[in-house]
Amino acid sequence: MDINEALIKYCLRLGDDAMILGHRLSELCSKGPYLEEDIAMTNISLDLFGQTRMMYTTAGEIEGNGRTEDDFAYKRLEPEFQNVLLVEQPNGNFGNTMARQMLFSVFYYHLFKELQSSSNEKLAAFAAKSLKETTYHMRHSCEWIVRLGDGTEESHWKVQDALNEIWSYRHELFEKDEVDETLISAGLIPDTATFKSAFEASVQEVLDRATIEEVEEGWKSTGGRIGHHSEYMGHILPVFQSIPRTYPNSKW
Amino acid sequence: MNTESTKQIWQILETIPDPEIPVISVVELGVIRKVEFTDSETLITITPTYSGCPAMKVFEDDIIKTLEEKGYPKVVIKTVFSPAWTTDWMSEVALQKLLDFGIAPPQKGTNDKGVLFASGPKEVPCPQCKSTETKLLSQFGSTACKAAYTCSNCGETFDYFKCI
Repeated sequence: MDINEALIKYCLRLGDDAMILGHRLSELCSKGPYLEEDIAMTNISLDLFGQTRMMYTTAGEIEGNGRTEDDFAYKRLEPEFQNVLLVEQPNGNFGNTMARQMLFSVFYYHLFKELQSSSNEKLAAFAAKSLKETTYHMRHSCEWIVRLGDGTEESHWKVQDALNEIWSYRHELFEKDEVDETLISAGLIPDTATFKSAFEASVQEVLDRATIEEVEEGWKSTGGRIGHHSEYMGHILPVFQSIPRTYPNSKW
Repeated sequence: MNTESTKQIWQILETIPDPEIPVISVVELGVIRKVEFTDSETLITITPTYSGCPAMKVFEDDIIKTLEEKGYPKVVIKTVFSPAWTTDWMSEVALQKLLDFGIAPPQKGTNDKGVLFASGPKEVPCPQCKSTETKLLSQFGSTACKAAYTCSNCGETFDYFKCI
């Protein structure tokens, strides 16, 4: 695979992950469990949209056909999105939202730490910038997992259930295909295998503090990176894209 | 490049307030990275505080409007992400202004990166009563760049400008 083609796909994947999770969190705007957390959810969402914009803009620049961030966000169909299934999963209760966020943020924290030394200037700058934000997201969600797990009997079983449900979706974050292999051999991105054990150790530390003894291991999620999504995605896009699809090319 | 004009532009930029924290200017905030001229353009390089900061668009519009009103030719804003913005770029004067405005300024050197659990800096004095009997309410305050704290002494809830 041509390096530029791989780079465009990689940028879109990172952008899609951030955008869909950002959208999920934005659904909690005015519906958070209490005021401070409501604000936290939308702040994290904003950071993720900012990261999305950087990646979509970079993809458009490399592609060189004049496609903008808005074209990537609003004018693609479901099979063209290449986000992991993890980020599509519904908000559920607050424990579900935090379990999803913890796996996502811990993974991206470790990825950005490596990616910031990429020889690609844009990727390195993106990672260094995003790392600062993701570190806050990670702490926020890790502290909540501990607080819920080591909280009341009810919060404990709820977060245990939440972890059981989301656990299988972490595998996809480490998947590699031709896109990744091309960029890894060119020295542009880190091999996710190099920080997998660090990711696992971080998550284990959170689970230990949260007094979660074991999380059920089940199937392995797959498909998002080639555009095969869960049913949820089919409900996210019509909402996310409703304005530009109803009023094409409108400006505001 | 005309250094005199560059200096004048910096002076003009110093009059443009941060839309969220009007007591400090965009220059004091540290988001203006470079001022340059080309044959037909005035090029202002900026960097966002947070990648999704909604105030950035307002910064851009304000900079363009203010400079064009002063007669500068075609003002173009270029956004860069590297080096990433850090609260270390805020001047001492800016930190004092934040404090006077009721926002606890970032405590330099307290950004303990790489920690799974943290509750922010150890002591954030209350900007109202100066008590250090304060506690973290939420890591995300009224904007992404701030955390919410509450003071046990005077009972006020206040914003703390996070270190990044």
